[in-house]
Amino acid sequence: MNYLYYPGCSLEGTAREYDISTRALMAAMGADLVDIEDWTCCGASAAEALSELLTLVLPARNLALAEAMDLAGRDLLVPCSACYLNLRRVEEKTRVSHALRDRINEALSVEGLVYRGQTRTRHLLDVLARDMGAPVLGRRVARPLTGIRVAPYYGCQCLRPYPAFDDPETPRSMEPLIRAAGATVHDWTMGGRCCGASHMNTKMAVGLERVEALLTAAQGADVIATVCPMCQMNLEAFQKKALRGTEASPVAVVYLPQLLGLAVGLDPEVLGLGLNLAITPDFRQKLDRIPTAA
Amino acid sequence: MALAEETAIDLGAMTQATAALDEIRAMVRPCIQCGTCTGSCPNEFAMDLTPRHMWRLVLLGRTEEVLASRTFSLCSACYLCSLRCPRGLPLTEAMGRLKQLAARRRLPHLRSGNLFYRNFIASVRRHGRVREMEFMSLYFAQMMNPWLPLRYAGMGMRLLRRGKVELRLPSRGSGRLVNLFDKVAEMESRS
Ligand code: SF4
Ligand code: SF4
Repeated sequence: MNYLYYPGCSLEGTAREYDISTRALMAAMGADLVDIEDWTCCGASAAEALSELLTLVLPARNLALAEAMDLAGRDLLVPCSACYLNLRRVEEKTRVSHALRDRINEALSVEGLVYRGQTRTRHLLDVLARDMGAPVLGRRVARPLTGIRVAPYYGCQCLRPYPAFDDPETPRSMEPLIRAAGATVHDWTMGGRCCGASHMNTKMAVGLERVEALLTAAQGADVIATVCPMCQMNLEAFQKKALRGTEASPVAVVYLPQLLGLAVGLDPEVLGLGLNLAITPDFRQKLDRIPTAA
Repeated sequence: MALAEETAIDLGAMTQATAALDEIRAMVRPCIQCGTCTGSCPNEFAMDLTPRHMWRLVLLGRTEEVLASRTFSLCSACYLCSLRCPRGLPLTEAMGRLKQLAARRRLPHLRSGNLFYRNFIASVRRHGRVREMEFMSLYFAQMMNPWLPLRYAGMGMRLLRRGKVELRLPSRGSGRLVNLFDKVAEMESRS
């Protein structure tokens, strides 16, 4: 369980706790992560709106850097779903078109880089669900999250268009992990529905509508577990605004590695829980009632 | 160019748009107008044309009507329509192509989205990584809507308090990716 690691821009800023908790959980599980040296932005959702070639060249630069490292044989672990899709898209498209790879390499030549198509980009959820797996996690659980009801939220881009590790319509890969952590799964059908993505910045009314639909469906859950900085931000930072004038109550929102980290007995501080924007008093109380690991 | 600076509308823009639309049309040619895309789209409620209807207009080559609509700009790239389309068409990618086409023409009704993405990518060009506070301030400044930042003020303050964003004045940066951006622009102007 050793990986190259691409954090991406959000994990250095608004999603710092996703980075912190991913590193903490992986370390607790005995995995070694090495950052891609000198990584740069993957283009997020902006490049796609502006230029087709840039959409491929920005992530390809990072893949080329990964290939140039000593540890190039390792899979590349990516927690952000948007980064994951951008990186993965380059792998998938260049696999079927060498002409495209040549075109990308022509652009990368100004940086003295070459992309050979040898990387394997993996989403964090994929790695947690399949490389680590629920049984291994279960054996490490020191503080079972008994009585906590978790709504697994996958969002879109870790599932589609490349369904590498889960069903793209009705995802379930988080459920065994949540149960292994001692918590209960909130049964809902919204796990793979869109959070509105970057609409919150440019078309807020549309984004709010999406968030309200998700939070309404999550009623009854103590916490929503996310695996993407954009989903997390939309659900936590705009929660008050989205629920204004509705009957629905607030729901806590945390990153999956934060939740699993709590179960293996890591300290909330170590998991960056103080950085989250939507930790409800109810959720905190429930957590506080669970005895800490001996 | 520098993606940030490129894109003055020139006389050839219209012909270019038609050629680009031809490419997009080829992507959706096998469409059977079943409406699965419309039924799947989480943002359909806010669109002026349903996705199915818009693809029909693309097929008919009605460029102006397609570009005058907001439909493609409301695509949040959830890939559900691409997953479910019975003809297996790359619909999300085609939506992306329409966004790119519209960005090149700087359509006034899509101004806010365009500015957002432009400022974002300009920040990447300068710094290599995104400096969230910088591009947000530039975006708000260029929108010239003094009330807009207020809708985000609460969130901004909470992020600042947690040290998740920093207030930094826009800077020229190291020009980290300028060469790469220029190369991409040069290649795209060739094709
Ligand atoms: S789902 Fe596919 S075939 Fe059906 S209307 Fe939409 S684009 Fe056409
Ligand atoms: S990919 Fe875009 S157009 Fe297709 S269903 Fe999702 S939001 Fe709608």
